Amino acid sequence: MTKKHYLATTTILTLALFLPFWQYLPMEVAGHRPGNIPMQIFYAALMSATTAIIATICTIIATRRTFIRTQLATLARFRHLLFLMIKRDFVTRYRRNVLGVLWSLLNPLMTMLVLTMVFSMLFRFDIPNFPVYLLSGQLIFNFFSEATTRAMGSVLGGAGTIKKVYVPKYIFPASAVLSSVVNLAFAFVAFLFVYAITGEPLRWTLLLVPLPILYVFTFSLGLGMLLSSMAVFFRDITYLYGIAMTLLMFLTPIFYPVTILPDRIFHLIHLNPMFHYVSYFRELALYGTIPGLWANMLCLGFALAALCVGLFATMTQQDKFILYL
Amino acid sequence: METAISVKNVSMMFNLNKDKVMGLKEYVIKAATRRLYYEEFWALTDVSFEVARGEVMGILGLNGAGKSTLLKLIAGVFKPTKGVITVKGEVAPLIELGSGFDMEFSARENIYMNGAIFGRSPAHMNGIYNEIMDFAELRDFEDVPLKNFSSGMAARLGFAVATHVEPEILIIDEILGVGDYRFAKKSKERIDEMLARGATVLVVSHAIETIREICDRAILLKKGKIAAIGEVEKVCEIYENGAF
Repeated sequence: MTKKHYLATTTILTLALFLPFWQYLPMEVAGHRPGNIPMQIFYAALMSATTAIIATICTIIATRRTFIRTQLATLARFRHLLFLMIKRDFVTRYRRNVLGVLWSLLNPLMTMLVLTMVFSMLFRFDIPNFPVYLLSGQLIFNFFSEATTRAMGSVLGGAGTIKKVYVPKYIFPASAVLSSVVNLAFAFVAFLFVYAITGEPLRWTLLLVPLPILYVFTFSLGLGMLLSSMAVFFRDITYLYGIAMTLLMFLTPIFYPVTILPDRIFHLIHLNPMFHYVSYFRELALYGTIPGLWANMLCLGFALAALCVGLFATMTQQDKFILYL
Repeated sequence: METAISVKNVSMMFNLNKDKVMGLKEYVIKAATRRLYYEEFWALTDVSFEVARGEVMGILGLNGAGKSTLLKLIAGVFKPTKGVITVKGEVAPLIELGSGFDMEFSARENIYMNGAIFGRSPAHMNGIYNEIMDFAELRDFEDVPLKNFSSGMAARLGFAVATHVEPEILIIDEILGVGDYRFAKKSKERIDEMLARGATVLVVSHAIETIREICDRAILLKKGKIAAIGEVEKVCEIYENGAF
């Protein structure tokens, strides 16, 4: 069976598997307001896509052993470079600061302080422990925003290296996203600090927090790779993405509760992957519940889809980068 | 003899007008008004040759003959438009001054970075760090950002790192001319040491004496095509006579 056959069969099979059951999708996944049938169909399709992507990845791993092996060997060879690039980012960031690494902790704390003051005085939402609600949304969204924005300019920024020596091009967005993970770790410590002083009980579900972070990480890495390749060919993508980021930020319930949204926007928000990642994180950190299979499939689906698109874009376009840098 | 580099029917084409389309907006406008044409430029056409392991190959040619393009293709910086290049072994390219150096960072940091580009771990670089520093004679400038280095200093550092990570294939583009006669002498000794260990070297230079001295064979390029290939003496003679 050829690859094309396999792909087609997997897709049809998974579609056949999920689409008939779209009406049984749990309401909390599809949004708990009645009358959003298109949304349920969209989710069913996304579930099918997730299964298809997983099946495809398995096929590629199974059938193209040598390809995978060379890729892994390249990655192993350049792991020291990746490590040094992340270290360099970190050092550069704090090189000229008196407070140094402490800024990583202070920055989210102070932002949180300002935002909490603004929002508890100006807009009053009925959210228990607003600081923690706000900070949890910010934690995830800021990581995504920072990681993708930095990844976008990373290949352009690495032009000096790319023009002179061979390096696999994905190393640039990868290092950008990984350095953002380092910042996320610091922000998370700040988050735990606020969590403790606002008197939230320590929930054991907090231990599962790496899971949604892994999802957002994969999603950001994929999107970052795609953006970094696009930025090489079209420089003005940077401006467009800035605008898109602002829009996305308001379409993610970071500082407002989902319940205040009118129906139309409420449904729209469910198409936003960041909504699901933020909700996932809050389920664990704030409400002490573990998201079910559907939520996991959704988060994984967005992440894997982004990763596949990003990898494909980088792998097919990377040889042309040099001609446009 | 074992082949280290094999270049088969390689051609390289550049779009000369490509830099005029830089943004999505301009692209859409130009595509809509059908002004999206390119001018093709073939830097190399149908070049084939092989370099054996342990051989020193010189590349000669006038400006614009395609020498640097050829080196960059072998280093993997460019992918050929047509043809196949097979390289067996690790390549350390010294193509331009400070290959892969970050000017904002110190010599020390750049040594580790450059080592990592060649796949060497920081631990391995610790082991050869002193040797590199002594060879480059930059002991007093370890923590100075590279932007404050003179071009001679940067070239010395680049040469020192690339030769001390002991690559199987070394690519040198006009590097030997940089630095004083003492350093040039030291560089030649270093290359001889590497050759003794079985390294393969590709050299581009306009200094015909350098080519004569260190190369076994040479290639003469003319407008992207091979004009002559063979014994270094013969090729140098053709080059000097201008009979190509």
